[in-house]
Amino acid sequence: MIDIISQSLTQLINNIKDKKVSSEEVTKSFIQRAEKSKKLNCYIAEDFENAINKAKKFDNKPNYDSKLPGIPIAVKDLFCTKNVKTTAGSKILSNFVPTYESTVTQNMWNEGAILLGKLNCDEFAMGSSNETSFFGNVQSPIDKNLVPGGSSGGSASAVAGQLTPITIGTDTGGSIRQPASFTGIVGLKPTYGSCSRYGIVAFASSLDQAGPMAQNVKDCALLQEVISTYDPKDSTSIDFKRSHYSKKLTNNIKGKKIGIPKEYRVDGMPKEIEDLWQKGINHVKECGAETIDISLPHTSYALPAYYIVAPAEASSNLARYDGVKYGFRVKGENLIDMYEKTRSEGFGAEVQRRIMIGTYVLSSGYYDAYYLKAQKVRKLIKNDFDEAYKKVDAILTPSTPSSAFKIGEKTNDPVSMYLNDIFTVPVNLAGLPGISIPAGHDSRGYPLGLQIIGKAFDEQNILNIAFAMEEKINFKNKITDWWIK
Amino acid sequence: MSKKNSEYLINRKNNQYEVVIGLEVHAQVLSESKLFSSSATKFGAEPNTQVSLVDAAFPGMLPVINEFCVKQAIKTGIGLNAKINKRSVFDRKNYFYADLPQGYQISQFKDPIVGEGKVILDMPDGQKEVGIERLHLEQDAGKSIHDIDPQNTFVDLNRSGVALMEIVSKPDLRSPDEVSSYIKKLRSIMRYLGTCDGNMQEGSLRADVNVSVRAKGSKKFGTRCEIKNVNSIKFMQMAIEYEANRQVDLIEEGKSIDQETRLFDTKRNETRSMRSKEDAHDYRYFPDPDLLPLEVSDKFISELKKNIPELPDEKKKRFIDEFKLSPYEATILVSDIDTAKYFEEVVAKMGKNKDIKLAVNWITGELFAILNNKNLEISQSPVSSKNLAILVNLIKNGTISGKIAKTVFELMLDGDKDPQKIVEEKGLKQQSDPKAIEALIDKIINDNREKAIEYKQGKEKLFGFFVGQAMKASGGKANPQLINEILKKKLQ
Repeated sequence: MIDIISQSLTQLINNIKDKKVSSEEVTKSFIQRAEKSKKLNCYIAEDFENAINKAKKFDNKPNYDSKLPGIPIAVKDLFCTKNVKTTAGSKILSNFVPTYESTVTQNMWNEGAILLGKLNCDEFAMGSSNETSFFGNVQSPIDKNLVPGGSSGGSASAVAGQLTPITIGTDTGGSIRQPASFTGIVGLKPTYGSCSRYGIVAFASSLDQAGPMAQNVKDCALLQEVISTYDPKDSTSIDFKRSHYSKKLTNNIKGKKIGIPKEYRVDGMPKEIEDLWQKGINHVKECGAETIDISLPHTSYALPAYYIVAPAEASSNLARYDGVKYGFRVKGENLIDMYEKTRSEGFGAEVQRRIMIGTYVLSSGYYDAYYLKAQKVRKLIKNDFDEAYKKVDAILTPSTPSSAFKIGEKTNDPVSMYLNDIFTVPVNLAGLPGISIPAGHDSRGYPLGLQIIGKAFDEQNILNIAFAMEEKINFKNKITDWWIK
Repeated sequence: MSKKNSEYLINRKNNQYEVVIGLEVHAQVLSESKLFSSSATKFGAEPNTQVSLVDAAFPGMLPVINEFCVKQAIKTGIGLNAKINKRSVFDRKNYFYADLPQGYQISQFKDPIVGEGKVILDMPDGQKEVGIERLHLEQDAGKSIHDIDPQNTFVDLNRSGVALMEIVSKPDLRSPDEVSSYIKKLRSIMRYLGTCDGNMQEGSLRADVNVSVRAKGSKKFGTRCEIKNVNSIKFMQMAIEYEANRQVDLIEEGKSIDQETRLFDTKRNETRSMRSKEDAHDYRYFPDPDLLPLEVSDKFISELKKNIPELPDEKKKRFIDEFKLSPYEATILVSDIDTAKYFEEVVAKMGKNKDIKLAVNWITGELFAILNNKNLEISQSPVSSKNLAILVNLIKNGTISGKIAKTVFELMLDGDKDPQKIVEEKGLKQQSDPKAIEALIDKIINDNREKAIEYKQGKEKLFGFFVGQAMKASGGKANPQLINEILKKKLQ
């Protein structure tokens, strides 16, 4: 008998195509696993009954030519899904059921995939530990009371904990790569404009990108191939020639030039991260690539710039949640009173903090000093990368400055929480693709990730490098099923 | 270009004040769909029936620019002799209101699609140039309805997202009359271009009016007040008059004017403070990250330029040159595109031997009077251009007299009847047979022999009496010129 839940996406697809398993069997296996895994709190909304019906329908009339034939997939609850509750992890959308489907999820269903349900995340994707969700903390399958990272925490836990064969998250400042790193999985943040933002609850429009989170690089490449399409419904979607990422995947990276940016050796970085990075450098060399020391001089300004730009856009993007048209409402004496009560009760503390920061930096008299300056910094960061890419094909860095932390450890220290994104944020600011792959464990046995940053639209190249490194690293995630026992 | 005669000044004791006015006109772009969504824009639809998920700001919905609206704005810019900016940026103007679903209006703040331009006004004492500061594209908000329910406000989002052009003038206007003329000219240009229907009753054209006053001869601008959202020319003029006098009174009393936003109360004919400068919104403008900067190529602009129709100023010049109209006549005929169109149709249909002057008189005289009377637009004229052309030709070739023509015209109104047929059916054809008229006149002289003698003795006034008698005897149909000629001969 095939152990369905421990299979990779690619294996599952082959087994379904070979008729060794049915979509229904696969779907039921992941549902059973989910039923046993409530402690992880991965799901905000389950759509299991529909999923089984869709699987049966697939089995009756299978289309094996599709890329995700009958594959059940749970997705981050930031993607609007038709007739399935979509909350963005917030009380203010806790009763919201869209009548429409996001382009990215639609692309998956068009290729035969089946929705399992909606995965927990930080409220409006604002967080690095999944602790800001209105629907509670998500436990990491790595260890009890460990955060899975954020904001795509539910997604990361669901893949690492084998509740879904693969998933999609969104990444505004590291929300795919950091939780992937914390839970020992692969996470890709595509080039800005690669995946449509249509139907994704917006956090910071100029930074948000959807991307795959998978058990391995090949699965990741396949899902990226499915979700990345040009979409005229998103004005920032870019019409470029997309590669057949999975078909063209190769471990031959001979002669590739990999940049090692000195600015990523930050003060106080644990030695085990240093060592991991060195190990990664050795691996790419073993694969025949060349490493080159480079400089990204404005790196230290990335985080402050990000925490101006992202909240600024968020403060405006979240203005629509006002209790007037849909979602949660608290009655008030008058319009203003209703707004204040609705938004005070409907948004959590972190979201309110960022709305206030964003409102402040856009205020007249402060706009030039904060928002405009941050945009200039952003340009400088982009220039740093452009300059570097004259010499190198990709850049190798750690994904995060530390491994996962305990639930509650950083909730009262937002700045320390924000520092989690220090290596991932510059990539979003520059609109580049970045992938995190599991590369080792810390002394406690918690996973650690390495990040490969590529040129814009060069997802194929970083997937190839990741693929080659994956072989060398031969990472094994230590999942003990602690939550089931 | 002297304009001393009609200078609009406010007089107080020993002081004279000049009024300085600038307008922000909001013109609804003539377009089937909205600025960033494909919803319909039809006026008067059932509430909330023309609303897409984008217009109602559902989560994850994104704006996509409507290329047609961009073309309309550029065309308008060309019509305003303005600089077209090849790169413009959409910004978010953030504020909370129940009829603003996104919590922000997408507008253009720093980089509008159209830059500086100018409009020429035809004032009674000459032309006046008014500078255009800019034109930008923006979304309209929805509509809050406060008077249906005593407890609740209802919101209609049909208008939410409709494309508007905000046309900002320089503070070049100096009187309510100039404002009227400016609005009419803008409206005329946009109707020629087909970029705005200019329908003020339906709210397609409304304006924020900035008013300040200063001592005559002063070069420094006074503190201005902005009167929000005035939707008719009459109200604009009334509001300016009230506001300018209010400001002058304050100055005369030694008080200062506060920069503020005011409302015009049409029932009381006064402006009232809405919010002071201190309470002004902080709109937190920033570039909309959902939209890329709007870039248009030289080719895109030149294609549009190629298809710009003849505009009122050019048309006026042509009417004067080609048809020998007076500037006054030409101004009247070109002011509205439909009038110009009607006139040109009449000219075309009159054929070779035409009397354009006569046609102009008929259009601006009888026809305008009827339209005015019946409150109709010229596009709804009960008399078609074809039949008016026939009527004018009937006068010109002597078939009917001008006087009879008026009777015929009255009869034409009912169902746009062919004047030729009316003349035939009613036997209104002018009598131009000299023999018949001579016989008629002979009889009249014979019947009024004493009067004929008096006339010959010098009582020349009596000539009119004989003409009247002759016309009467012919039932009004006799050719008046012939009557004159023959009478003169017979009474010698």
